[in-house]
Amino acid sequence: MISDLLIALPTIPRDGDGPVFQEPWEAQAFAMVVALHGKGLFTWGEWVETLAQTIQSADDPNDAYYHHWLNALEQIVIAKNVTSPENLHAIEDAWDRAARATPHGQPIELTNDPALIVTKA
Amino acid sequence: MTHAHHHDHDHGSELSEAALRVRALETILTQKGYIDPAALDAIIETYETKIGPRNGARVVAKAWTDPAYKARLMSNATSAIAELGYSGRQGEHMRVVENTSELHNIVVCTLCSCYPWPVLGLPPVWYKSTPYRSRAVMDPRGVLNDFGVELPATTKIRVWDSTAEMRYLVLPMRPEGTETLSEDALADLITRDSMIGTGLPLKKGQAR
Repeated sequence: MISDLLIALPTIPRDGDGPVFQEPWEAQAFAMVVALHGKGLFTWGEWVETLAQTIQSADDPNDAYYHHWLNALEQIVIAKNVTSPENLHAIEDAWDRAARATPHGQPIELTNDPALIVTKA
Repeated sequence: MTHAHHHDHDHGSELSEAALRVRALETILTQKGYIDPAALDAIIETYETKIGPRNGARVVAKAWTDPAYKARLMSNATSAIAELGYSGRQGEHMRVVENTSELHNIVVCTLCSCYPWPVLGLPPVWYKSTPYRSRAVMDPRGVLNDFGVELPATTKIRVWDSTAEMRYLVLPMRPEGTETLSEDALADLITRDSMIGTGLPLKKGQAR
């Protein structure tokens, strides 16, 4: 159960029922870690260790919890050779262009990127 | 009324740096077969019911019990909601639409991030689906029936399509026989769907 795993994360923002999120991306980042763990990319112990190290070595340890979470997620994905920092940045830029090319109120899709850099796996 | 984030002159959309990084991760991990977006939605749905809807329920319960608050809510929802401490990038331009015995309101919106999550939490999976969006507009009564809501034939249904500029919260009708309930007890009757318009509040004694 996810709730058992979360006990290993004593500082995760939560209420009586479970984790709470300030913004949608936090929930996405949370769910990705749960899904990758379920897929066996890393053990929960590895995740806790990565997250703890990220928080300890952060310039501002009081930064919002999910900023650390996101940093740790990028780190562990790169450490597991799933992708490279360069590839991540390239896709981030593509999403940025796609968002700016998308009229407000429309779904933002990566295919809206005018430069259409869709990296093949 | 202030804009917490700037809008491009060409009216393009904008994602925060964190949102861009999360989308990049999701794209790569999906391409490589590590994650399935539908599975992510399922994980999130496990939690979304306890994030925002509780906030919206407090707004509705207060409006039911405090006529002065309700008046402020109906005239300027954004500031009345902020009074309770609920505000954020997607909740800046709110309008509350009130259900009556003559009129029932339903809210739809597209897959974009324009959703009043400070008061409703993250959108449920069905809410983001194309079938819901198109059917809610063409056949709202049929959609309501799918959700198990039967309204009198004399009740009109109005569909509100959320935009970047305006997001809607439905103020459902207070259930009968709840005159003696406290604000807290009333809040327990208010479901997420009742504030989207695809459901009705729970009846007294049905509280979770």
